[in-house]
Amino acid sequence: MKVSIYRFDPDADEKAHLQDVEVELPEGRDLMVLDVLELAKSRDPSIAYRRSCREGVCGSDGMNINGKNGLACITPVSEAARGGKLVLRPLPGLPVIRDLVVDMSAFFRQYERVKPYLINDAPPPAEERLQSPEDRAKLDGLYECILCACCSTSCPSFWWNPDKFVGPAGLLQAYRFLADSRDTATEERLADLEDPFSVFRCRGIMNCVNACPRGLNPTRAIGKIRSMLLTEAT
Amino acid sequence: MALVTNVTSFGRTGLSDFVLQRVTALVLGAYGLCIVGFFAVADVSHASLAAFLAGTAMRWFSTAAVVALGVHAWIGMWTVGTDYIRQHAFGAGLGGSAFGLRLIYQFGCVAAIVVYMAWSVTIIWGLA
Repeated sequence: MKVSIYRFDPDADEKAHLQDVEVELPEGRDLMVLDVLELAKSRDPSIAYRRSCREGVCGSDGMNINGKNGLACITPVSEAARGGKLVLRPLPGLPVIRDLVVDMSAFFRQYERVKPYLINDAPPPAEERLQSPEDRAKLDGLYECILCACCSTSCPSFWWNPDKFVGPAGLLQAYRFLADSRDTATEERLADLEDPFSVFRCRGIMNCVNACPRGLNPTRAIGKIRSMLLTEAT
Repeated sequence: MALVTNVTSFGRTGLSDFVLQRVTALVLGAYGLCIVGFFAVADVSHASLAAFLAGTAMRWFSTAAVVALGVHAWIGMWTVGTDYIRQHAFGAGLGGSAFGLRLIYQFGCVAAIVVYMAWSVTIIWGLA
């Protein structure tokens, strides 16, 4: 199988290019894209990419696979390379450090901005802050994000304004804490999001939903934040 | 205090722009239905259309629609400009900032919208 891999070495290359690597796939087995990448690396050890858990939990190997963002370790080759060719590029919109490795600083700056931690100034109880099963259920579909950046880097609004628009991953986490019955900073969190960019640059095209390897729905969370902002203001 | 502000946006907060865009869309939708309704049910001629638009209520409705269109257009054009007229979209060609180009674009948009609105109002109220 022919695998085209985006190559860029800042010390040697002026421009990035696609390198074709011929990889022999084992008969009768469907590999994951990460396995194919490992095979390609065994032929050319200079190929650089991030990987760790190889089971869709750590979020390290997010990349653009035949035009769609996803995790290489849980994307089957049979699904990704229907035309018989695999094209692997780095996540779009972020600066490339080398090959498939991108600089995720802008992504994590936005994540940091939404204060992704519980804020509650009340004195902590002796054991734990209790939450009813109903309130806990409100966090389903929000806490599972692994911060792989597949959603934010598939979003044109994040490409154009990565310094101002929080992006789908950050907003999913923003809502995760807005929806948490134990968090008491709702007003401050909403005040930080009401400007023209942070939330409202989302135009609802749902690329994020399409890209999320965990099947989460940031667009719905963004809609809920907008509703909370509207309710708060009226 | 919001983390991101922009002095050139219409309502100054994303929430007010969001609400204004929807309210103005409702006004424009209602006005559009009104005009379509006229063409659907009336005996259409220049005289009947002129008489329909010359009523005082209709003049106020037309004025409201023009204002709604101006506000709606500015919010939309401002959004387009702040999305696409960005330094990284032009590489190093703008000397490190797209601010000047965006300001020219925004000034052009505001000027066009104000002129069109003023022109429309003079037509609606027969001031010319």
